[in-house]
Order: sequence, then structure tokens, then C-alpha cells
Amino acid sequence: MRNSTKSEDQALLKEQDFFSSKLERRSFLRFAGAGAAGVALVAAGCKKDKLESGVYLGSGDIGILNYAYALEQLEAAFYTQVATSFYTGATQAEKDLLIDIRDHEIAHREFFKAALGSNAIGGLEVNFSSINFTDRTSVLGTAKAFEDLGVSAYNGAGFLIKDAGYLTVAGKIVSVEARHAALIRDLISNGSFANSEVIDSNGLDKSRMPIEVLGIASAFVTTKINANDLPTS
Amino acid sequence: MNLLNILDEIEKVDAEVYERLNPRRNAMKQFFNFGSKVALAAVPMALGSMFKAAYGQSTATVEQVLQYALTLEYLEAEFYTKAVAAPGLIPAGAPLGAITTIRDHENQHVAFLRTTITSLSKTPVAKPTFDFSAGNGSGTGPFASVFTNYDTFLAVAQVFEDTGVRAYKGQAPNLLRQGAVLTAALNIHSVEARHASHIRQMRKARGANVKPWITGKDNGIGLAAVQASYDGEELETQAGVKITGINGQAISVSAATESFDEPLTMAQVLAIVDPFIV
Repeated sequence: MRNSTKSEDQALLKEQDFFSSKLERRSFLRFAGAGAAGVALVAAGCKKDKLESGVYLGSGDIGILNYAYALEQLEAAFYTQVATSFYTGATQAEKDLLIDIRDHEIAHREFFKAALGSNAIGGLEVNFSSINFTDRTSVLGTAKAFEDLGVSAYNGAGFLIKDAGYLTVAGKIVSVEARHAALIRDLISNGSFANSEVIDSNGLDKSRMPIEVLGIASAFVTTKINANDLPTS
Repeated sequence: MNLLNILDEIEKVDAEVYERLNPRRNAMKQFFNFGSKVALAAVPMALGSMFKAAYGQSTATVEQVLQYALTLEYLEAEFYTKAVAAPGLIPAGAPLGAITTIRDHENQHVAFLRTTITSLSKTPVAKPTFDFSAGNGSGTGPFASVFTNYDTFLAVAQVFEDTGVRAYKGQAPNLLRQGAVLTAALNIHSVEARHASHIRQMRKARGANVKPWITGKDNGIGLAAVQASYDGEELETQAGVKITGINGQAISVSAATESFDEPLTMAQVLAIVDPFIV
């Protein structure tokens, strides 16, 4: 269906590595399994973790909102860098779309910051050293990874949210991230907006639990993120 | 953490330790294995059984949402199935490939929802008879050329996808804390948004003034008949926070409205699709 170039295939391969390497499913399940039974032990034994360097997301809905805030910080920082100095050969149409996306991500980031108020985590330090911002394949490949990750993150966090208002806001944002994801994918290879990399044979998009998402995102975030108290069910 | 080591040790002698700790773990484990280890055909059944076990008390609301979603998916599935079959409607190559992809997803959604409803021991609603001209059965509604004129077809597709996104979003609060059913609905919701993005790009390539996202409440089609699908998208304030110019950032009104998609109620959506149902 698609006539990919060699460089696109290489970018895809790289992305697959990127997604598969970070977190083994077993360790994820171990974490999830520990969630219910381990509360008392965690409270007793791991309290010190909170005091270590980095940011603490918190618990309950606040924790989930901070988690979303962290992801939006990452995306906004990325697109800000992209739009500061576009990759070689960017068309005006591409620039306009990437500027739009930058603004959307900044709007999301600032929304969470404002909504969280004094509960908001601080600014994260990002590490984009693996990205070649002058190279279209590198930039769009990273954008695709971030957007698909963002969609799966919101999809996977929905059932953890307790407040209907917050759930609705998350829903308002995730569909915009999905619009971004589809666009970026089509810029890389027209027609790949919802291909079998992301959509299964039931026609369903991906969901990822926070621990898995943060594992993937950690390749781009220097600040340590303590997600120990995020809800898991 | 020591606890993990303990569980690891227990798991060696008791493979079901996680299930013993919490029966829903198994359900969630199956759910998050979607697309990998669990046989895909078995997924809706697993979804139904775990849902019943965990959330039996609010089956009525959930069933209503699923039947509503199924009705909308019937509409989309038949629409794209007919369009792909219409001779000469969609140009061969990338356009036909994309519409075929979307058609397949909508048919998969129908099958998934029917199986899920059945697994809840409920009967899926029957597929209505559709009039894609939006003429309530006359065949002569405002989109009478929907299967003969490519641009009309794309315009109706855009409306269906953007409305579908808003429809699923509107039901999320009714599925609050509903575990796997909420997650499944969200996993369909984002697929509809991917479709919407692509259809809008297809229209852009045909000269329409649209972006992959919705700006203000612009329908991008120029027909009053579709405006109800876009009214409300112009919202600039989210959860009491004004997005335009937020925190001193240069966020325009357009960007503020584009960055959040808005929900529609069931009543609003049913009124929008009513002309398409005989």
C-alpha cells in the first residue's frame, strides 16, 4: 500500500526499537499487580522516594493531570524547537501545520499548568540530543512517535480518572492529538494515518498505562519523574 | 522494591498470584494485551465477561451507550462500503486506499460493538435503513450526489467523522470508571479522529479550505445543513481556564479552539443523523 523510501523504513525501524525496548511487559504487570496489595508497604517502605530529586506527580486525579502535564511539556518543547528552526526543505504548508501543532501543544501544556495551580509539577528538563532537527525524517519520525504515544497515553489513562469533568477534558485533548498523529503520519507516508502499526484488527487504537508511557518518554526527559502513587486501576 | 521480589517469588509457585490478589488484574492484563497475545477474535467476549464481573450494576447505561455507538458505526460502515463499491466515485490509488482503510475500520467497529453487546447478554440493535442524501428516505436530500460526486462524498465523510468524534467524546462521562468499556470507547474515538484528520486532508487536496483540525465552528463545507456538527467547537474556555492568550502565551483564538475538540450529547447527535435515517 505504501511506497516508503529507505530512509523512512529506517526511521520506522528505529521507532519500533524505541517502543519495544524500554519496558518489559512483565515488569509492567508486576508494577500493576503490586498496586493493590502493596499500598501499605509502599507507604512504609518507599516514602523516601518522594524526597529524592526530580518531580512527584502525586496521586488520584491530580497525579493523572500532572502526568498529562508532563507529556504536554515534552510535546510543546519539541515542537517549539522544530518551529524555531525548521528542517531542511520544509514546505510552507508543512511549516504552517507544525506551527499550528506547536500552538496546540502549548495550549494544552498551559491549560494543565493553570488547572493544576499549586498542585502542578515544575518544568521538566528535556533531552533532544537524539533528534536531528535539520533532518525531515528525524523530526517527523519523532513527531509521529510522540503523537502516537500521546494518543495511547490519554486512551490508557481515561479509566483511571475519577472526575467526569477531567475525563471530558482528556477526551477533548486526545482527539486533537489523534488528528496530529494522523497528519504527521501522512506527511511521512500518505495513507498511513491509521495503519496496522497503531490500529488493531478490531479497529481499535492503542492504550498504554502511565508507567509504560513514562518509560518510553524517559529517553527524552532528563528530570526524574516519580509516578509511584499514580492510580493503576 | 522488595514487594516485587516477593511477588516474583510467589509467582514461581503460584502463577495466578496477581489474580488472587485482585480478580480484575486478569481482566486488565487481557485488556492491555489487545493486539498481542490474546486472540483478537476473543477480545470482545473477554471484554464483556470482565465487564459484567466488575461493573454489573450499571449495565443499563453502558448498554445504551454501546447501542448508540453501534447505530453510528452502522451509518459509517454502510456509507463507506457503498462509496467504495460506487463505480468511478473515488479515484484509484491513494484516495481509494484511504477510504478502503476507513471502511474496514468502521466495519470492524460494528463487529466489535455487536460482539461486545452480545457478550453482555443483550441484543444488538438492528441496522437502520439509511438515506445518505440526508433526505429521510426520499433520496433527494442535500447530498443527493453523495455516491456520484467525489467532493460531495468527501464532505459527508468529513461531517460523519467529525460528528463521530464528538459523539464518542460526549459519552465518556457516562462510562466514567467503567474500566475496559471506557478504554474501548476511547480506542474507537481516537481512530475516528485519525479518520477525520485524513478526510480533511483529502478535501484540502481538492481545494477545500480546511485543516486536519476544526477551527472555530467553521464547517469548511459552506452548507448550513451541516452546521450543527460544528456548533460549539468555538469554545475558548476549558474547565474555567481561558485558552486564548493563556498565561501570556501567544495562543490565538483559532489555536485555542483547534486545540480542544468539543463533545455532543446523544440528543444532538441523533438530531444530526436523523435526516440520514429512513
